[in-house]
Amino acid sequence: MLNAEKKTCKYNEQLCKYYEQFRVYADRILALSNDSLEKTINVALALCLVCAVLVSLATVALRPLQSYNKALDMKKNILDVAGLLQDDTDIDQAFKERIEAKLVDLKTGDYVEGIDVDEFDQRKAAKDPAQNEAIPVEKDIASIRVKAKYTKVFLVKDGDQLQSIILPINGYGLWSTMYGFLALEADGQTVQSINLYDQGETPGLGGEVVNPNWRALWKGKKVYSENGDVALTLVKGTVDTSRPDAVNKVDGLAGATLTSRGVSNLIQYWMGAEGFATYLNKIRTAN
Amino acid sequence: MDKETKKVLFEPLVDNNPITLQVLGVCSALAVTSQMSTSLIMALALTSVTACSSAAISAVRQHTPSSIRIIVQMIIIASLVIVVDQLLKAFAFDVSKKLSVFVGLIITNCIVMGRAEAYAMKNPPMKSFIDGIGNGMGYSLILVIVALFRETLGSGKLLGFDVLPLVKDGGWYVPNGMMLLPPSAFFIIGLIIWAFRTWKPKQVEHNEFKIMSISHGEGGHH
Repeated sequence: MLNAEKKTCKYNEQLCKYYEQFRVYADRILALSNDSLEKTINVALALCLVCAVLVSLATVALRPLQSYNKALDMKKNILDVAGLLQDDTDIDQAFKERIEAKLVDLKTGDYVEGIDVDEFDQRKAAKDPAQNEAIPVEKDIASIRVKAKYTKVFLVKDGDQLQSIILPINGYGLWSTMYGFLALEADGQTVQSINLYDQGETPGLGGEVVNPNWRALWKGKKVYSENGDVALTLVKGTVDTSRPDAVNKVDGLAGATLTSRGVSNLIQYWMGAEGFATYLNKIRTAN
Repeated sequence: MDKETKKVLFEPLVDNNPITLQVLGVCSALAVTSQMSTSLIMALALTSVTACSSAAISAVRQHTPSSIRIIVQMIIIASLVIVVDQLLKAFAFDVSKKLSVFVGLIITNCIVMGRAEAYAMKNPPMKSFIDGIGNGMGYSLILVIVALFRETLGSGKLLGFDVLPLVKDGGWYVPNGMMLLPPSAFFIIGLIIWAFRTWKPKQVEHNEFKIMSISHGEGGHH
């Protein structure tokens, strides 16, 4: 019998021998009563092995595609806030041509050299104890507890001319930490657009932060007041355009007071001294 | 298709619907139905997981020790759900972002587990597969009906098309914000159950016990 089996062995002889041994073992186990301890353990092990292989295969094989999707999605968010996204835009190419990523040291407001910007993951850095710093409670108006020391900003360029600056922002709303980008014009003062691309606020109420009509209200608003304080906030209801500070106010979201307050807070935090104020000052003087 | 297969496949649509009659899988039906597109993908994901897990569990049923039966089912279901989640992340990124944790939560969806325990453990793989498809379709049917109401009444749109012109865009319809919140699905599912049970009076449950009336002095003490 073993001889006959050997003849049909097409591959490595040693392998066939192992296979044969395995089959004898498997047959013995399968013939056991279902409730015996040996069978229970063997079935459990075999099942775990098969499932583990299946799951690992799926994750490993699909990972490149997933990380590409993720990166593409992030580029899309950035192009969107830069106002460069149309339905037929080639995202990879548009991003490569128009947008330059830089790392900024929030304390000094200077660009950081020597770290690969493309490899830098903002959110991971904010969670990594080696790369983040805790925000003291009294200063933590955006309720985010930690922030990365270095922050990735994106410069939109038209040739050599700086067109706009895209700053990552995040802060707590009602249910979730909202992540987004704020695009400012080269003066570091005028808002071009806002894109809170990742949030878990109530759909239809706070979730309206993604509504294009609401986002359009931000265009042209000024972040800082004349004496240099962060003045940009949301107001309840609609902005009274006759008031002199209307240029610092955006309509709040109807039925979403807490989400609106969260958005005001995160603007206050990230545009303030703890956030990008130093960096934006430098940009302004450089221009 | 023989009569038996037809029965296994179509009975869960109305006569033995997992949501309206068995009242299983309601949590995800509340969570994902504010939009038709997410509901459809969720329905597809759940149907494929139920069908494949039922088939797999049925295939190993004769060698499953009864002491670890539930764990075996859980492992098979959980593995399949992870695979589906990974596939969605790779091929339908936008939808998977919207569904967020709810794909992962198919693992705890009572329909999958319920079919494994009630049907797949006692029937051959092919029949269990069809049973899984049938129950997945029953779930999908309710999801689609609920999403139809919630998305049209809540945002005036359906699958991206404008159905009811909104006031803010110059139309006449004022969207009902409550339709976008999960509780509205409770009302709609309740109405569907009512409709089904009016149509098929056999589905009405009998009281498990009778409340005695006091006026006859039977239950009271003096």
